[in-house]
Amino acid sequence: MGKSLFDKVWDAHVVTQVKDGPAVLYIDRHLIHEVTSPQAFAGLDKRGIRVFRPGQTFATPDHNVPTVDQHLTIKDVLSRTQVDKLTENTKKHGIQLFGLNHPYQGIVHVVGPELGITQPGMTIVCGDSHTATHGAFGCVAFGIGTSEVEMVLASQCIMQPKPKKMKITVNGQLGTGVTAKDLILYIISRMSASGGTGYFIEYAGTAVKSLSMEGRMTVCNMSIEMGARGGMIAPDETTFNYVQGREYAPKGGEWDKKLAYWKTLHSDPDALFDKELQYDASDIEPMITYGTNPGMGTGITGHIPELHEVPAGNRPTFEKALQYMNFTYGLPLIGKPVDYVFVGSCTNGRIEDLRAFAYFVKGRKKAKDIIVWVVPGSKQVEKQAKSEGLDKILADAGFEMRQPGCSACLAMNDDKIPEGKYALSTTNRNFEGRQGPGSRTLLASPLTAAAAAVTGKITDPRDFL
Amino acid sequence: MPIEKFAILRSTCVPLPIENVDTDQIIPARFLKATTREGFGENLFRDWRYDKENKPKPDFVLNNSRFTGSILIAGKNFGSGSSREHAAWAIYDYGFKSVVSSFFADIFKNNALNNGLLPVQVGESFLENIFKAVEQNPDAVLEINLESQEITLLSTGEKEKFDINPYKKECLLKGYDDIDYLLSIKDKIIAFEGDRIL
Ligand code: SF4
Repeated sequence: MGKSLFDKVWDAHVVTQVKDGPAVLYIDRHLIHEVTSPQAFAGLDKRGIRVFRPGQTFATPDHNVPTVDQHLTIKDVLSRTQVDKLTENTKKHGIQLFGLNHPYQGIVHVVGPELGITQPGMTIVCGDSHTATHGAFGCVAFGIGTSEVEMVLASQCIMQPKPKKMKITVNGQLGTGVTAKDLILYIISRMSASGGTGYFIEYAGTAVKSLSMEGRMTVCNMSIEMGARGGMIAPDETTFNYVQGREYAPKGGEWDKKLAYWKTLHSDPDALFDKELQYDASDIEPMITYGTNPGMGTGITGHIPELHEVPAGNRPTFEKALQYMNFTYGLPLIGKPVDYVFVGSCTNGRIEDLRAFAYFVKGRKKAKDIIVWVVPGSKQVEKQAKSEGLDKILADAGFEMRQPGCSACLAMNDDKIPEGKYALSTTNRNFEGRQGPGSRTLLASPLTAAAAAVTGKITDPRDFL
Repeated sequence: MPIEKFAILRSTCVPLPIENVDTDQIIPARFLKATTREGFGENLFRDWRYDKENKPKPDFVLNNSRFTGSILIAGKNFGSGSSREHAAWAIYDYGFKSVVSSFFADIFKNNALNNGLLPVQVGESFLENIFKAVEQNPDAVLEINLESQEITLLSTGEKEKFDINPYKKECLLKGYDDIDYLLSIKDKIIAFEGDRIL
């Protein structure tokens, strides 16, 4: 029987299998940030041990950093303490840190790929659920808790039961104005917020294969939003072209050797999956969410379901969500005013996303009364955007670009959406209070965000294209 | 860190009949700024539990003195969303030793087990019966027996078997953790590194 992509990568990393228990899985790359690592380092100290393979861990502060005046000392004492702890811990253990003001600082899942730290066939973990992003390179990449961060620091391994495998194939072509973000929001709306639990997903099909690396990262990034452990896409020429020449990518003979191996990383035609699903790209329109989990989404021309359209068992959650969002059943979403637009995060804070937003607003003006935050995913993205003149385009249309970090995606820093306000956001989570206590989040693509930014309300971006 | 040993737990329950409780609700991001593991219980379910003036909201179950105990009963798909282990710490720190639901998010389940908090997955109808029993009588007691992997509603005698990975069960019963194990096989890990093609 053939092997799936997932099996190939997983099996190549099993150090040993505990009888009736989890596998001991070897980890190639470990990414850490300031919020979920301090307790792990403290644990090492308590045990009196040091980091086992410091060269395989990379650190950057992102969750908690300000997005203005990054050259100044962080005002919030607790945030500053976490960032300082990261600096202190990485120094003590000889771990590479891309600290605040370092040219490589940024959101950990943006930084890894753009520096070539993320390479096909690797196992990658991070104390953050959106580690699934790196699956876009054909990696087994998933989020872990702090006890597991400590495990990896201590042994470069993690104890994991092997998940089940699912294959989601999307064939056909995405329409104009329909992006990778819409593709994944569509899948999640079909699967529900828990439909992928227990699975590792492989995305395949012509619609997936035709995506850029940025688009593939957006898709894999949100695998966790349907409960999946992670998502991955088989590496191909798009992948290899992206990785080649990046700072930490293999060079010369080493490159050739790795490339030959990477080319074997795809599911064999007779590979078995525990579940297989198929969707048609032409069924997908720009998507938007209306509720308080990412599964509660609809095509932008659609409407919020009527109560009778919701399965009886899901009604209490549905009603609670609508109450929180102050929405009514059956309501169309187009034309609904929004107060904030947020462009950024590890889902849509890469250069392509900024380009999409900038070129959409070019020659137009920011809507009156709307507040828009554009936050690049990393210092490198910021630099690239400036070198392409995107900052000028944004400025001409009335927008400003902030400095890199997670920002309003989880609102740990000062970038909080006020209570009761609606934010159309390119992030990945619309949970209650996610973007600030009482905030109301509508998830969508950078194009739909741009359309809202110039009209002040939920707008079908295709009307402008 | 050795975790607390888990044997038989007999306790009244706190019912939270809400589905898809995500970790942002369990512990909102703004409380993740600590650099130690302790004290998160104070902010467990913060925004459901307190209003803006930090006054307890009377309709939230943790503020209802009728319901106490070290078992949290929750709706389907508990612990989804962010991987923050702080969610498990907060629940444990508050005083819960077990969470019972008909479905758990993966990362939460791992995090809970790594901290001595036992996630017990039961069937939908049993979950409903537990909710009913507890609503009718807050003194209803659940018994969770890890050794026999059984959960029993003592008032009616209704019981169900639950699943747990045998290795994790062993860890919880003995109170040791994964790192102790991984450190004990360091030679194997080093040998594995040497044998790798890439
Ligand atoms: S951008 Fe948002 S989702 Fe991504 S790592 Fe940061 S907080 Fe998490």
